[in-house]
Amino acid sequence: MLRYSLKRLLSLVISLIIASLVIFLVIEVAPGDPASFMLGINAQEDTLNALREELGLNQSKFERYVSWSKGMLLGDFGTSYTYRTPVAQMVADRLWVSLPLALYALALSTIIAFPAGIYAASRRGGAGDVSIMGATQLGVAIPNFWFAMMLVLVFAINLRWFSAGGFPGWEEGFFNGIKALTLPAIALALPQAAILARVMRSSLLDILNEDFIRTARAKGLSRRQALWRHALRNALIPVLTIIGLQFSFLLAGSIIIEQVFYLPGLGRLVFQSISQRDLIVVESVVMLLVFAVIVVNFIVDLAYAWVDPRLRSRS
Amino acid sequence: MKSRNLIIGGLLTAIFLTEALISFVWTPFDVTQMNISSKLKTPNGTNWLGTDHFGRDIFSMIMVGARTSIAVALVAVSIGMFIGVPLGLAAAARQGSLLDEVIMRGNDLVFAFPSLVIAILITAVFGPGAVNAIIAIGIFNIPVFARLTRGAALPLWQREFIMAARVAGKGSSRISLEHILPNVTNLLIVQGTIQFSLGILAEAGLSYVGLGAQPPLPSWGRMLADAQTMVSFAPHLALIPGGAIILTVLGLNLMGDGLRDLLDPRIRVDRT
Repeated sequence: MLRYSLKRLLSLVISLIIASLVIFLVIEVAPGDPASFMLGINAQEDTLNALREELGLNQSKFERYVSWSKGMLLGDFGTSYTYRTPVAQMVADRLWVSLPLALYALALSTIIAFPAGIYAASRRGGAGDVSIMGATQLGVAIPNFWFAMMLVLVFAINLRWFSAGGFPGWEEGFFNGIKALTLPAIALALPQAAILARVMRSSLLDILNEDFIRTARAKGLSRRQALWRHALRNALIPVLTIIGLQFSFLLAGSIIIEQVFYLPGLGRLVFQSISQRDLIVVESVVMLLVFAVIVVNFIVDLAYAWVDPRLRSRS
Repeated sequence: MKSRNLIIGGLLTAIFLTEALISFVWTPFDVTQMNISSKLKTPNGTNWLGTDHFGRDIFSMIMVGARTSIAVALVAVSIGMFIGVPLGLAAAARQGSLLDEVIMRGNDLVFAFPSLVIAILITAVFGPGAVNAIIAIGIFNIPVFARLTRGAALPLWQREFIMAARVAGKGSSRISLEHILPNVTNLLIVQGTIQFSLGILAEAGLSYVGLGAQPPLPSWGRMLADAQTMVSFAPHLALIPGGAIILTVLGLNLMGDGLRDLLDPRIRVDRT
């Protein structure tokens, strides 16, 4: 297990280095000089040079990459070109909206998908199975931002149970915060729940065909007992992988949903920064999202190997 | 059940494809023609699906929007296939080699960038637009096809008919092309329809946040973005493009399921 973990850790570090290089180089080729963007077209050449010096823009590409990545590691993401405030602070403020939203959606998706998938698998071919599978087909086809608009129309505009958008901030109380995130979380969770329910069902059905389930049945367990006592635990392995993958998709997907609900999260920050050409903010947020994906995948891999020893020996 | 999926899915897909094709030569109204005096009309005899806030005909916009969605998704899937499939074949032909390792790790890396993040990066640098949306979605499709091809090709390399081809003196690239590829085509077609439907969803999402197709080119995602502030008094502005996206994606997914059942004999035996 230690050997496997170290090997995965090495590949995690390499992935992070390459990803940061790719992001850095893509942003590098962007046309335009941040210094003249910040000071406007009428700026004097010596003022521009002073600012370039201050921002470190006169250094070579390699020096800039090293200082950028070192800064990221130490939590210093640089200074926003537009607002002249530390990017790390801007990101941290927004993360308090985006991260709880993604976690909330993940919890909702799991709560919906598990019972639906287990029920469908235990009633394979029956009316319950067919209707759940039909619903998941629909769930996968619905764009989450459209679903979000429909939720606003029904629950905010017509029924007035929730506000149509905005976020009061956690200092207004936990309940108010959660309430403001509820519609966005439902919108985000729906397609993911549909996918998860399908994975849960097919994974359970695969396991139910295995010999050890037949043995359990032969020993006198009913189909339901075999499902709950033996199949479910084994079926969870692929489901956990999907949950891990979904977390990163939820974090990235929240970028669009935040637009629908005017939530002050990472997504709003990114789009604002794109329109203001505040590329250092875009660079940092993208790196952060990619970092989250790579690290979550790493954790899932380790968890997977921990649950299923066959994987460790294979690699 | 199987053929029903294929028929319903195929029918829905055919409807939107035809709609997109017809829009090249004919639409009920000009999509750029504004007519403020007949704005926000609900569906009626003249404007079959009503009009938007500029008085533009929604049915015509849906037709041209279908063209945008299908074109973006189709090109993006083609990019994924044309680059991903050869990579997957090459990786499988030299399993365990440095080439295999580089290709697979490269794929992992692309997977770490969700397509939305790729799109953000591209638009931040090169500006928004349909072409950049295609590239963003296309790049994301490459590892999908590379992994699928490699995974399907690996067990084939152990089979006797490949051994026979080797004995006959064929090189690995020729074997990949003549024997492996035809055997994974079914799988690629099925995955292609699924990626196609994901591409349509991705295009809609990107256009919705303003990173995709730019005005005056109508796209379903931007129609929804325009509808957002008017949804309380003109819900048809959101319901119609949303319905178009859902039906197209549903059609493609059902068709993919139906095709998989039809083309994969193992599943056919398994289920009967």
